[in-house]
Amino acid sequence: MDIIVCIKQVPDTAEIKIDPKTNTLMREGVPSIINPFDLNAVEEALQIRDSLGDGKVTVLTMGPPQAESALREAISMGADEAVLLSDRAFAGADTWATSYTLARAIKQLGADIVFCGKQAIDGDTAQVGPETAEFLNIPHVAYVKKVEEVQKDSIRVQRLMDEGYDVVESTVPVLLTVVKELNVPRMPSLKGKMAAKKTEIKKMGMAEIGADENDLGMKGSPTQVRNIFAPQFKTERRMLDGTPEEQVNFLVKELKESQCL
Amino acid sequence: MSIVVDKDKCNACETCVSSCPFDAIEMKDDKAFINEYCNECKACLEVCPEGAIKEVKIPEPRAQSTEHRQKLQDYKGVWIFAEQREKKVTAVSHELLGIGRKLADELQTGLSAVLLGADESEAKELVKWGADKVYLCEDPALEKFNDDTYTEVLSKLIKEHKPSIVLSGATPIGRSFIPRVAARLRTGLTADCTSLEIDKETKNLLQVRPAFGGNIMATILCPDHRPQMATVRPRVMKKGEYDGSRTGDIIKVAADGLTSRTKVLESVKEVSEISVNLHEADIIVAGGRGVGGEKGFKLLEELAQVLGGSVGASRAAVDEKWIPYSHQVGQTGKTVNPKLYIACGISGAVQHLVGMQSSDVIVAINKNPEAPIFSVATYGIVGDLFEIIPMLTKQIKEAKGL
Ligand SMILES: Cc1cc2nc3c(=O)[nH]c(=O)nc-3n(C[C@H](O)[C@H](O)[C@H](O)COP(=O)(O)OP(=O)(O)OC[C@H]3O[C@@H](n4cnc5c(N)ncnc54)[C@H](O)[C@@H]3O)c2cc1C
Ligand SMILES: Nc1ncnc2c1ncn2[C@@H]1O[C@H](COP(=O)(O)O)[C@@H](O)[C@H]1O
Repeated sequence: MDIIVCIKQVPDTAEIKIDPKTNTLMREGVPSIINPFDLNAVEEALQIRDSLGDGKVTVLTMGPPQAESALREAISMGADEAVLLSDRAFAGADTWATSYTLARAIKQLGADIVFCGKQAIDGDTAQVGPETAEFLNIPHVAYVKKVEEVQKDSIRVQRLMDEGYDVVESTVPVLLTVVKELNVPRMPSLKGKMAAKKTEIKKMGMAEIGADENDLGMKGSPTQVRNIFAPQFKTERRMLDGTPEEQVNFLVKELKESQCL
Repeated sequence: MSIVVDKDKCNACETCVSSCPFDAIEMKDDKAFINEYCNECKACLEVCPEGAIKEVKIPEPRAQSTEHRQKLQDYKGVWIFAEQREKKVTAVSHELLGIGRKLADELQTGLSAVLLGADESEAKELVKWGADKVYLCEDPALEKFNDDTYTEVLSKLIKEHKPSIVLSGATPIGRSFIPRVAARLRTGLTADCTSLEIDKETKNLLQVRPAFGGNIMATILCPDHRPQMATVRPRVMKKGEYDGSRTGDIIKVAADGLTSRTKVLESVKEVSEISVNLHEADIIVAGGRGVGGEKGFKLLEELAQVLGGSVGASRAAVDEKWIPYSHQVGQTGKTVNPKLYIACGISGAVQHLVGMQSSDVIVAINKNPEAPIFSVATYGIVGDLFEIIPMLTKQIKEAKGL
């Protein structure tokens, strides 16, 4: 069974701060990491490969040349092959154009199972997985929290829902997007790190995936970012004063009057 | 449009470089240089102290033929996808009808709902909640959610009737199959929107959503493709007005030969009472890192109990495992909208604020007078929660005659 895992290199959003003066992102010194959900995807792919004892795991990313480091990190975890989709024409892609590009590459590479993270922590859209499946004309299951059984032409998984989970069976090939409850991603091994240094990374651009410029990057993206701004909140800021006792008295009186109690 | 640097004005201060969310500004030959990753989000325009970064009109790269423009004009009306579970329409559908009605009225057009796998009685309810028309497909194959069948039916309906706007809840269902519909229709989709408006000039839909972990908001447009599609975060929009005497058209849609490559074998319910209550609760007592541990949460529970409310939490408290994830409020937890929200030992990070700021009355209790939570507080108490909360619980008990 051949498995492709789509991974994305993202800024660690937990480290990002807003500049209070200019209301813009402060990205200086913010490390680039593999999107956390994608690590769960890599882990699951490796487990499936190892339990079935055949097939290979390929990690795939679309991004600038420096995204190569994310691929090497995935190899050090145990992935067999890596593909970097990089081309000026891919830049500025929204989820439609990203998915289209990934799907063109996946079609060429061939896979029985495609894994994606639930969402990327920079854009937080959770759309690339399902859209990629549509372009590949294969089924998908989103928010997978457990892979129950893998067979040659079918797979059974648990899909997280609002009020619990569904047990879903799908035909194979299939695309799965995964949540962090699925597993605990392994750390790179020493052997893996050696392999990561040596492994040759396959590069593909617009010509290799046989796509039209008008379907790629910013040109191919139906959505546009009009502007960005800092989140705004109502500002009430009404501080109570007096002793703690007095403050609590006042508060209870006010809550009673406003019929909160 | 295109963003350019006026090299004569640029003094290489590099302020713009780190302000760019897309890594699209670099220094080249001692001047700022905008590379191909620019998304034209314009964040850098305001940042440059020299005013050296500008927006210039270039022959529109996406400029479309008049013929294409004409085609876009054919798309009319606002649609919402009405989600059902166990054949009952869910609350998010009422919220979508609320915002959908507003948008439709502003555009002077109709509001329609699409309902799959439920009965006519539920369709009639959607009319009372604000829909002018309901496309109803009662096919039993649609009772359970499967991406293939839902994508097939909704895409077909959109192709046939050409709505200009299509909204769905940003729920596990909406976020799973709506992207497939958008891909199939070769149109844009904006995820998890928290605000939707009509641009006065162009009549395009302005779709506002948080990005980068809630650190910034982005306004997204889909100017050259139709329909304009968005998923909308639950509990953010106000429900439509329920009017038992409203009438509308129910249009039955047949779907034959539906097949799905996925099959739901079983649906397992796993909710604790509390997490359901959190969404519905009128009163929420929430705790953060300042609560200090499970013991502290006991105090909060007592207060919640005398108030008849539920207990919420910040991510810090959940990460510490003092309380399960189902209680988390905020960007990566639940959005809540109660009458009263009491935040105890919560600092008020943006990711928490987005989940609770629309509560009617907010009480904040925090040791630190500088805590950002106070900026949204209707009533702020600077003090030790271990002193304040027991006092508050006691007084409320008395006030309620318990
Ligand atoms: C991508 C991303 C998503 C996130 N999503 C969420 C989310 O959904 N929800 C969320 O809440 N956070 C979220 N966060 C985390 C958020 O940024 C904050 O880290 C978190 O909200 C902080 O929780 P806190 O206020 O409880 O803890 P702290 O920031 O540590 O604040 C504790 C507060 O308690 C006060 N305090 C301490 N002792 C006492 C006492 N005895 N009496 C009174 N006050 C006391 C302190 O003064 C302090 O203000 C997210 C972060 C990222 C990066
Ligand atoms: N540029 C990319 N290259 C490879 N995979 C991606 C890329 N963007 C998104 N993905 C995959 O799609 C998932 C969802 O991303 P998103 O829809 O952007 O939230 C991620 O977790 C990745 O698995």
